[in-house]
Amino acid sequence: MQKKIIKSFILLFIIFIIGVFFISLNKNSIYDTKGLVGQKITNVQLDHFSKNKMITEKNFKENEFTLINFWASWCAPCRDEHPILLKLNKEKNLKMLGVNFKDNKKNAKNFLIELGNPYDVLAVDNQGKQSINFGIYGIPESILINKDLIIIKKFIGPIFESDYEYIKSIVRKK
Amino acid sequence: MLSNIGNTLLFLNILLGISLIYFLFQDLGNKGKLISKNIYHICLFQSTLIIICFFTLIAAFVVSDFSIITVYQNSHSLKPFFYKISGTWGNHEGSLLLWAIILTIFSYFFLLYSKSHLRDYRIYSLIVQNILILGFLFFLLFNSNPFSVILPVPQEGLGLNPILQDPALAIHPPLLYIGFVGSSIYFSAAISSLLINYDGRLFAKSIKNWVLISWSFQTLGILAGSIWAYYELGWGGFWFWDPVENASLLPWFAMTALLHSLMVLEKRNLFYFWVIILCLLTFILSVTGTFLVRSGILNSVHTFANDPSRGLYILVFLSLMIFASVILLFNKFKKSNYNLNPNSKETFILVNNWFMIFYLITVLLGTIYPIFTEVLTDYKVSVGPPFYNSVIIPIVILFLFFMSLGPQTQWIKNNSYNLNLMIKILIASILINFAIIFLFKSYSLISNFIIISALFLIIYSLRDLYNLFKKKKIDASRIVSHFAFGALVLFIGLNHNFSLEKDFNLKKGEKREFENYSVKFNNLQLEEFKNYKAVIGEFEINNSQNNLSRTLYPEIRIYQSPSTITYEASIRSGLLKDYYITMSNIDRSDYYNIKFQKKPFMIWIWISVIFISLGGFLRLFKNAKKNY
Repeated sequence: MQKKIIKSFILLFIIFIIGVFFISLNKNSIYDTKGLVGQKITNVQLDHFSKNKMITEKNFKENEFTLINFWASWCAPCRDEHPILLKLNKEKNLKMLGVNFKDNKKNAKNFLIELGNPYDVLAVDNQGKQSINFGIYGIPESILINKDLIIIKKFIGPIFESDYEYIKSIVRKK
Repeated sequence: MLSNIGNTLLFLNILLGISLIYFLFQDLGNKGKLISKNIYHICLFQSTLIIICFFTLIAAFVVSDFSIITVYQNSHSLKPFFYKISGTWGNHEGSLLLWAIILTIFSYFFLLYSKSHLRDYRIYSLIVQNILILGFLFFLLFNSNPFSVILPVPQEGLGLNPILQDPALAIHPPLLYIGFVGSSIYFSAAISSLLINYDGRLFAKSIKNWVLISWSFQTLGILAGSIWAYYELGWGGFWFWDPVENASLLPWFAMTALLHSLMVLEKRNLFYFWVIILCLLTFILSVTGTFLVRSGILNSVHTFANDPSRGLYILVFLSLMIFASVILLFNKFKKSNYNLNPNSKETFILVNNWFMIFYLITVLLGTIYPIFTEVLTDYKVSVGPPFYNSVIIPIVILFLFFMSLGPQTQWIKNNSYNLNLMIKILIASILINFAIIFLFKSYSLISNFIIISALFLIIYSLRDLYNLFKKKKIDASRIVSHFAFGALVLFIGLNHNFSLEKDFNLKKGEKREFENYSVKFNNLQLEEFKNYKAVIGEFEINNSQNNLSRTLYPEIRIYQSPSTITYEASIRSGLLKDYYITMSNIDRSDYYNIKFQKKPFMIWIWISVIFISLGGFLRLFKNAKKNY
């Protein structure tokens, strides 16, 4: 009898461990920007750059496509990609959300006055904490999402002409 | 083209595996004493095909055949030739293929080198081994196919993760896999032994070389991973108690316990079921480790892809293995009374096993505890070095003393201890420890105990070596491993206590001084390489005490494929100490964050581990000579 109890206990314990492993398989704990493609973004709460309001994922649902661009006035490559962002702004199906990353507000404003403002909506992430949720390593980085909030592509580093063509081909298909 | 060849070969291998199992069962019914020649031929054919299959994948990487997804995702035409090849196993699919190859080749070697053993025992072992091989081949073919194609064919590959482009990491997986997969042989043999109630001594003889092979390679594999972490991750440490590192350490503890208790089984025919449990446990832990790092449950550089179906497959495979072995064990288990003399080699080996199991449970708990709390309470915790250090380190002291005394005892009953010698060695260890404190610097009480116990083991081992030479015997394998383990603990202790770490910001032309050192930021330049661009800093380190000057060149590398930034430490290794500098840029300023470290005896830590594994190889050669 005692033997049987021990054996059953061992088997139950093994089943318990395997069960926990099984459940955790479906929990995604990976922090990997590559893996973000194809995933839905949730829990977005960004401060608006100038108004006292929050930008959430609901704001993206209104657009066919949204390009979220992380930038700062102190970042040199952001300057390089800026003309392309301005070109992208002309795309009908695409809305542009800029996230000003760890920046000085005044410098950011001057940057946009000097080079032009390609953004339909501008948010700010002073601490860089919200950007972590988007898997941002450093800036510039951009994320293209669709109406269903699924990430279609991530662009690490500045957006090049080839990326522009790619985004154009996607948003014009619609 | 290459994809078709690869898939065909994989498919053929599955057919061969199935036919092999069929012929093996058929052979069981035959009355002859020898295994039929057909089986040898199929095994040889199976091994040859899987090797060709692997070379097909290597060829695809070398010629950058981006029609194959694995190549497209993990290679790039500009990647250096060496990393094109190592990229073959630097990804999930390719590394699984490597598993399958080693499984298959080992299966063939087992067939070749077990001729002196009972036919049925060999046949059942091969059947189990081939079930494992089939499990992996099905996984490869249907879930993680390294030869899957992508259309349209991309012009260029995405590139291998830059931090995986490192020589130490290129050899790390093959070494570790020989360890992991080597344990499959004694898993299969243990199941077979249970099935036919094989004699314990003969069983021990048949698997001991396999245990030595897997243990020695596992040790080297862990070392290669650790060296990579030291050079590449840029943190200046060599062991971080990261769950993925732990996953390689868990089977190592089980193997080490097995290595020792196997001696008792061979010499005294004791601990049969315990040895069987350890055999089963080692391979189960190896597969568990693979599950943990591949399924995406743990986040690390080893998590190549986040595909739950992969984890599920390994989990199902693992569960079947565990249940089959546990139920078989329950059916066959017989309680035996050992009546060990407390003062005997057997008892000391048992004590070694207790220590190993203690370490195993500690590390296992620390590794899977966060997974459990997250699933059960939805609360994320992380178990870090403080837990492991506080649980493991104090026990190491006791362990080292037992490790010194164990080999001195005799089998069955030990007659007497040389108490006089023991006290002399202890006093010598204490004196050397105080000399270190007196000459250099004092350290914590626990460090005192660690260093004394390590010295105790080292001196005991040296004395054993001296006696061995006097008797003109050449079996130094145990002494080499034990001595090297003592040295490892000693150097880790000294490294921990004498390291110097400084973190500061500098811009070009500036200089920082502390203790006897000065670090000057001389220059900064941008260079373009074949597969990356690099910002290279030039730092001059001066030691005013001995007028030593060294120049180090840490880098910030920008890889295009895939776009990643890595921070490359610049390390000057010396016999006595390493100088280590990393630099990282600071947003919005021309200052760089500099991490300077002086790490004493680093090279001796690596050498100690090499010698630990050398002990295993020496014993293997000795056994080979005896022609087991």
